[in-house]
Amino acid sequence: MSIQMAASGLSMNEPLLWERGRSGRCGVDFPEDDVPDRMLPDDVAASTVPDIPALSEIDVVRHYTRLSTWNFGVDTGMYPLGSCTMKYNPKTNERQAGLGGFANVHPLVPESGCQGVLRLMYELEQDLCEITGMDAASLQPAAGAHGELAGMLILHAWLSQRGETRHKIIIPDTAHGTNPASAALCGFRPVAVASGPSGILQAETVRNVMDEDTAGIMITNPNTLGLFEAELPEICRIVHEKGGLVYADGANMNALMGIVSMGCIGVDVIHLNLHKTFSTPHGGGGPGAGPVLVKRFLEPFLPVPRVIQREEGGFGLSDAYPLSIGRMVGFYGHFLVCVRAYSYIRSLGAEGLRQASRLAVLNANYIRSTLKDVYHLPFDTPCLHECVFSDRKLLPYKVGTIDVAKRLMDYGFHPPTIYFPLVVPGSIMIEPTETESLEELDRFVEAMRTIAEEAERNPDMVHAAPCRTRVTRLDEVEAARRPCLAG
Amino acid sequence: MRYFPHTEEDIRRMLETIGVESLDALFSGVPPDCRSSGSMNLPDPLCEWELDRKMDEMAGQNAAVPNLTLLLGAGRYHHHIPSIVPALANRSEFLTAYTPYQPEISQGTLQAIYEYQTLAARLMGMDVVTASHYDGATALAESLLMAVRKTGKSTVVVSRAIHPHFRQVIQTYLKPTGFVVVEAGFTDEGTTDLTGIDWTDAAALAVQSPNFFGCVEPLSRHADAAHGTGALLVASFTEALSLGILKNPGSQGADIVAGEGQSFGLPMGFGGPGLGMLGARQDLVRTLPGRLIGKTRDRNGNPGFVLTLATREQHIRREKATSNICSNNGHCALTAAIYLATLGAEGLVRMARTNHNKAAYLAEKLQEIGMPLVFSAPFFNEFVVQAPPRFEAVRRTLMEKGILAGLSIQTHYPELDNPYLFCATETVSRAEIDRFLAEVKP
Repeated sequence: MSIQMAASGLSMNEPLLWERGRSGRCGVDFPEDDVPDRMLPDDVAASTVPDIPALSEIDVVRHYTRLSTWNFGVDTGMYPLGSCTMKYNPKTNERQAGLGGFANVHPLVPESGCQGVLRLMYELEQDLCEITGMDAASLQPAAGAHGELAGMLILHAWLSQRGETRHKIIIPDTAHGTNPASAALCGFRPVAVASGPSGILQAETVRNVMDEDTAGIMITNPNTLGLFEAELPEICRIVHEKGGLVYADGANMNALMGIVSMGCIGVDVIHLNLHKTFSTPHGGGGPGAGPVLVKRFLEPFLPVPRVIQREEGGFGLSDAYPLSIGRMVGFYGHFLVCVRAYSYIRSLGAEGLRQASRLAVLNANYIRSTLKDVYHLPFDTPCLHECVFSDRKLLPYKVGTIDVAKRLMDYGFHPPTIYFPLVVPGSIMIEPTETESLEELDRFVEAMRTIAEEAERNPDMVHAAPCRTRVTRLDEVEAARRPCLAG
Repeated sequence: MRYFPHTEEDIRRMLETIGVESLDALFSGVPPDCRSSGSMNLPDPLCEWELDRKMDEMAGQNAAVPNLTLLLGAGRYHHHIPSIVPALANRSEFLTAYTPYQPEISQGTLQAIYEYQTLAARLMGMDVVTASHYDGATALAESLLMAVRKTGKSTVVVSRAIHPHFRQVIQTYLKPTGFVVVEAGFTDEGTTDLTGIDWTDAAALAVQSPNFFGCVEPLSRHADAAHGTGALLVASFTEALSLGILKNPGSQGADIVAGEGQSFGLPMGFGGPGLGMLGARQDLVRTLPGRLIGKTRDRNGNPGFVLTLATREQHIRREKATSNICSNNGHCALTAAIYLATLGAEGLVRMARTNHNKAAYLAEKLQEIGMPLVFSAPFFNEFVVQAPPRFEAVRRTLMEKGILAGLSIQTHYPELDNPYLFCATETVSRAEIDRFLAEVKP
């Protein structure tokens, strides 16, 4: 098969929803009223009908079917978005989450009416503890950044309980972009520290900044260069000695399942992204889920309510944790996302999860090895789940990372994460995940190599990319200057 | 394992290319003292049909509609979901895409969410609505942080008639930064009571309408009270369907609207995921947390959509961002837009009216059998009644008969006398209501 995955097909134009509406149409049929009509008083009832377009059922079906074809998903092709772990989202997970006995359960049903739900949540918490080496978990946080927030709130509450107020938190330059904002929500001032020459944080650096006014460290492991923070055990000791805690951003756990026990190396709090490591679909923006996991001594601070096993048998929900940081969401988190993750863990088992990590690392290193002669590799050491290149070798031709990304679309690939991490100027961060085959990786590598040649021979063509998509590059400056956010 | 495409031969070739001996040798960057000692203690893997059986069994242990007649809302509502809604939303091009960072190959998500922003703004009476938040509770908490940022003040007045869980989430978000929450009580009518409130340094007044008791709040009066002191009015809701028939919050003076959109085509799902709907007036747009999608043009002049105003966001502004939110509930917003498009204006009004009629019927009949309404303010599809002392025992036996009859709200409101919150949506028939009434009749 040629590298040229993208071909032209019939792509349908489609207007905005309200341009399709015709008064008098409706996509729902109603039954006869079986109760009398009761009007609301005039002072509360709207005097006009809401301005929502009226469409027939087929109009709605065509509209959204056409829009969907303008998207690229994991089901469409390789989606090597670094630090996002865009692995295949198994269809069986969707089947399980769609079961009426999960989807149609009210969150305030008495305990006797939700034993299956609670058992699933309890077992998932146990599984995630086993995978990370932590002692207790809460599934409440609704996304990765929300898990970070929960973690920071736990640090804050733990310090408060000890009568301490600390103002700073250490965040290395290879951490995830959400970390500083999550810390700031708890009133912690981020102290940025630079990673060392080999791309990992050096214990010495932490020793120099860690003090009694610092709550701890937020460290992404593996970091956003795809490297294991090898000095983490020593860093943990330094932070603990000064009375701080270690928060690990576990968004990149896909590299380490069954390989590293984060709890055993000194991490106190970690969050996971179920929509990354545990295969739940990202839905074009969410919903994800960001469970937070802690060591035993921090368990009293986890969000409430917690799922508990009753002594008399069965499961329940309990608010009886006076030191808890409180409630993070309206109910108990993204339960239907948790069903998918549970289904994934049950499908793979311990050995399957470990193999997923090993193959994810294999795929990333294969890309690293096969592209490093044409793309600049700032840290030429074996990587874990992702590898980071830069556009340095292309700059003489005035071709940059953005151009490579856009040109990849013409070859039928979703671009990698670009211009992140910030430590590498013009970074191209590639995370293939374990679900891509050798043939797919080879096609991607060949596309990348071809683009490097095109950059040298015909830079204008690369600047003009993408040329096979519905729209060309969009004017983001104009969008921000004169925002048009509603039609 | 069927999700891994690698053959033994593939692995061998790839290791050779990389120049390492084995898969384990790939982890040379992980020091030995960081390696796990044993294997993870997890149940054995299940093939798909074993998994189906296990999950069917676990799902079967729960009381779910339609086997349960649900006369309960309190933040999650059972509504009919047209089959086209999940069928379209779950098309894998929507479902398996990431956040639309690359607009050229994400126009489907981008246009659909732009349309959601538009429909939601029209319903809420706001100028701008974000691309979604996690749920109504977190949207409300974030909107109060937004009000604090905008006004430079540090107190928020929060109505006790707001869903207790929402108020708990507000506490979680505000506690570490030291912002003060002042609680406002409620009147005999069942709406927020602002008499005697200390407005010193108040950034916002937060109310919910319909509130936790189901009562519709006099938002215009609350807006006047808040604005008179320089505070913003933040209007919340848990039952989005009410927007189909009630005066919208924006037209009554709300500055920010933050509520829960689960009723728009999302299943109850034991409480999540839902849809945080957050909107504001135009002049507040740059203080909004979360993603926004805007219209623009491509190099050929064709219209298209992009994520915009990213300079508010965490990946650009770092610790000075308006929020830490990154992943949101975009797929839920897409679902809501499809639901609204399916109903259209007429369907939405009819659906909302049917809800009100069912609830009104249930309330009238409960009063006839000695369970009077506690509050006199108009309600949408939920209301509070005072139940006789023996009702809790009756309610337990009803659960065994497949009827979930209301919710005691006594622990949240000790001053009320055996109060039960009831809900009736379009999904309960008169026959079901009558069957329930026959069971509780003294």
